[in-house]
Amino acid sequence: MSEIRFSGFGGQGIVRCALIAGKAANIFDDKFATMTQSFGPEARGGACASQLVVSDERIAYPYVTKADILITLSQEAYDKYEPQMSDDGVLIADQDLVKTRPARDNITLHVVPATRFAEELGNRIFTNLVTLGFFTGITGVVSPEAMKNALPGLVPDRFLTHNVKAFERGYDYAKEVLGESKGKAKAGKTKVNKKKGKK
Amino acid sequence: MTETTAEDQEYADGEDFIEGNPMANFLRMERMPHIWCPGCGIGTVVTSFAEAVKKSGIDMDKLAVVSGIGCTGRVAGYVNLDSFHTTHGRPIAFATGLKLANPELKVVVFSGDGDIMGIGGNHFIHAARRNMDLIVICVNNFTYGMTGGQVTPTTPKTANASTAPHGNFENAFSLPFLADACGANYVARWTSLHARRITGSIQEAFNKKGLSFIEVITPCTTLYARRNRLGDGLDALQYYHDKSEIKHGADTREVDIGFQDKIIMGKFVDRDNPSFLEAMNTQFSTVMGDDYQLYGKTECEGDCGE
Amino acid sequence: MRKIAANPKAVDTGTHFLDGNHAVTEGGLVSGANFFAAYPITPSTEIAELFAERIPKIGGIFIQMEDEIAALAANIGAVWGGAKVMTTTSGPGFSLMMENIGLAVMMEVPMVITNVQRAGPSTGLPTYVAQQDMMQVRWGSHGDYEIIALCPDSPQECFDLTIEAFNLSETYRVPVFIMIDECIGHMHEKVVIPEAKDINVLDRRWYDGPKGQYKPYKVGKDGIAPMAKAGDGHHMHATGLTHDERGYPALTVAQQKIVIPHLIDKIKNNADKIIKLEETDVKGAEVVVMSYGITSRVAVRAVQLAKEAGIKVGSIRLITAWPFPEKRIKEVAKDVKAIIFPEINMGQMVLEAERCAGGQCKVVSIPHPGGDVHDPDDIVAAIKEAIK
Repeated sequence: MSEIRFSGFGGQGIVRCALIAGKAANIFDDKFATMTQSFGPEARGGACASQLVVSDERIAYPYVTKADILITLSQEAYDKYEPQMSDDGVLIADQDLVKTRPARDNITLHVVPATRFAEELGNRIFTNLVTLGFFTGITGVVSPEAMKNALPGLVPDRFLTHNVKAFERGYDYAKEVLGESKGKAKAGKTKVNKKKGKK
Repeated sequence: MTETTAEDQEYADGEDFIEGNPMANFLRMERMPHIWCPGCGIGTVVTSFAEAVKKSGIDMDKLAVVSGIGCTGRVAGYVNLDSFHTTHGRPIAFATGLKLANPELKVVVFSGDGDIMGIGGNHFIHAARRNMDLIVICVNNFTYGMTGGQVTPTTPKTANASTAPHGNFENAFSLPFLADACGANYVARWTSLHARRITGSIQEAFNKKGLSFIEVITPCTTLYARRNRLGDGLDALQYYHDKSEIKHGADTREVDIGFQDKIIMGKFVDRDNPSFLEAMNTQFSTVMGDDYQLYGKTECEGDCGE
Repeated sequence: MRKIAANPKAVDTGTHFLDGNHAVTEGGLVSGANFFAAYPITPSTEIAELFAERIPKIGGIFIQMEDEIAALAANIGAVWGGAKVMTTTSGPGFSLMMENIGLAVMMEVPMVITNVQRAGPSTGLPTYVAQQDMMQVRWGSHGDYEIIALCPDSPQECFDLTIEAFNLSETYRVPVFIMIDECIGHMHEKVVIPEAKDINVLDRRWYDGPKGQYKPYKVGKDGIAPMAKAGDGHHMHATGLTHDERGYPALTVAQQKIVIPHLIDKIKNNADKIIKLEETDVKGAEVVVMSYGITSRVAVRAVQLAKEAGIKVGSIRLITAWPFPEKRIKEVAKDVKAIIFPEINMGQMVLEAERCAGGQCKVVSIPHPGGDVHDPDDIVAAIKEAIK
């Protein structure tokens, strides 16, 4: 079972991320997923989080107690949710939106230039899909095929190909990062993408 | 409200009374006598309505009456039609559902000024704004009769009421102005003296789409007239005779009624803006094309030939 | 009552990832709902939005009324026009609906009303969870009456129980309430919608006697009167006043003594058929945790933790909140030390459990003022305290 939290500020597509991952897991990977969200009065701005529990069996308790995987796209979200996450979880943060501290305990930290990639693809609005691709590549909780299958209906039809591209950009980058860390981190190519440390 | 005595009931149940009554087909005769006071104008409006139904030849199986609460609210209980006696102020909202669920019905809301314009005022303005396919007959006697003569949103200034014992100082709604401003397709006003005119307007309304609003000024002799020392029912009719003036097409901004002052009446508004159902069908057909199933089409198929 | 096939156009067969609100709408469409008058209110609005989106292509109508009072009045009118009706609201709107819920009860009108509960009183916490309207749904309109209220605890059950709610409302000619909450309403999970042919929808009990002789309150063998619609040529009458079987006002004590017991008995006497519970490990349990809706999803964790601590704990989930499962709770109370009852209110349904337990066991309320769900540890602590 995986407990996942997507977080950022309203308008970034945080809830959308969990919806896509949840739909992918439920319908296309034939697992069970339950999504809950913090639901405030704001449509834009403010801290925003959505939680996803993914399991091979029916999920009884729907809430995330200690996230195994935390994705943060804002400083506020990082500051708020990083202390609540599991001591040996996976933390994914946007390179430009979050100033990370050295990872505590056994947390694996991945920094992804999602906003930059999205801008390269033409619009910052695709940041969430880049992140989602990166999350998929790093964690393997849901399959990339399932994620891509889940997109129609959850992103506007006319931007479907853009979103798929954004997802693939993030996914490929994750594979690159994982490959690098396997090859003992060839120095200097990008900024530090994986930090591991103990308090 | 007068209580029905055993004697009254016996008379009402008698065959002579039932067979001899020209309204026998139209009313639930087993429910006679009605509760309205001598001199009250509600019965006149019901009679005019019955005449309109007869003259128009409208199918009584496809005609429904909805009332709220109050003296006029009892109309639904007496007419021999599909009829519904709902909660206070809500007959227009109820009628909206009834009409939309079964568009082949002609739905007539029959209720009083306190019901439709007081507690139910919000429903009235929205039904008029939507141009909902309804006929609204508002019997306006300037008072809450059933509860004992309280002030209503139509009570003229300075008139006395049990909850305005020192005289009413609030502005009154001018109902034709309100109906016109909100978008009703048809707006007319008469007094209960003008029975044939009321019938004529109801007949016209039967042939309209959208919202038709007919206001009828009636006397409440037991409460409003007595409290204001205006005499009996006959005195009220004399007042209507002396002070009323027919002005078809009058500017509805100028038809408000002061205390015992002149009453401008007539057909003020008669237009053919798209009704709720027409507007909905147009919009959805435009947007959805063949995917959209025209709603309530049966109403039009027989006679409109479009 | 006759079963009818669901309209294939209304059935979105397949596996979906839906929240509870959307699942309610899908359940309603599948059940043949073709009329929906509502006023938007957080956190229930999605139910109305989806219906407005879907219904024009299926055949039916959605109308946004000027308030919830009007919405319910229009819905009742629509039932008499022959429609199958659903609507939705939340706290403040539920309060406004109370007037015409009374009319629906008195006119014996079938309809399904979903209340996506949020924290009150008044405007309260509009976007946050509560289960504070559980007594209001039972007692909120004036006068004496009975209704049926169901409490799904997942989006799948929102779908399934909406169909059940329609069938119950047609069976007993009574408004049926789906009492969900913000969490269930917005929680997304797998929802499987079967094929139209596999869905069990009951038709309205239509009058089939001679024209003009229909009496809207003349009960049949099963104690319920059949229905007709305006336009069928019966010239029928219905009123919110105390009435006889023709629907005519009958303002007498004698008639009141017929009408009110009828409204109550048609539910009470069929309680065994209506009530659904989910029981787990109740036999041999020292403690039973009772819950409903989202709280049952939290309680399940607490029960698991308590079991891990070696405590014999069972659970009872109210799928039907009203009528309350009196008989069963009376039985259970004999065999357990305590009933623990967490709910997101300051103690509402627990009062019923306490009444039924009648002193045979402890009944412990775990109140919550709303805005969030319980911490499972608080429930575990109460379980441990109860067996001391």
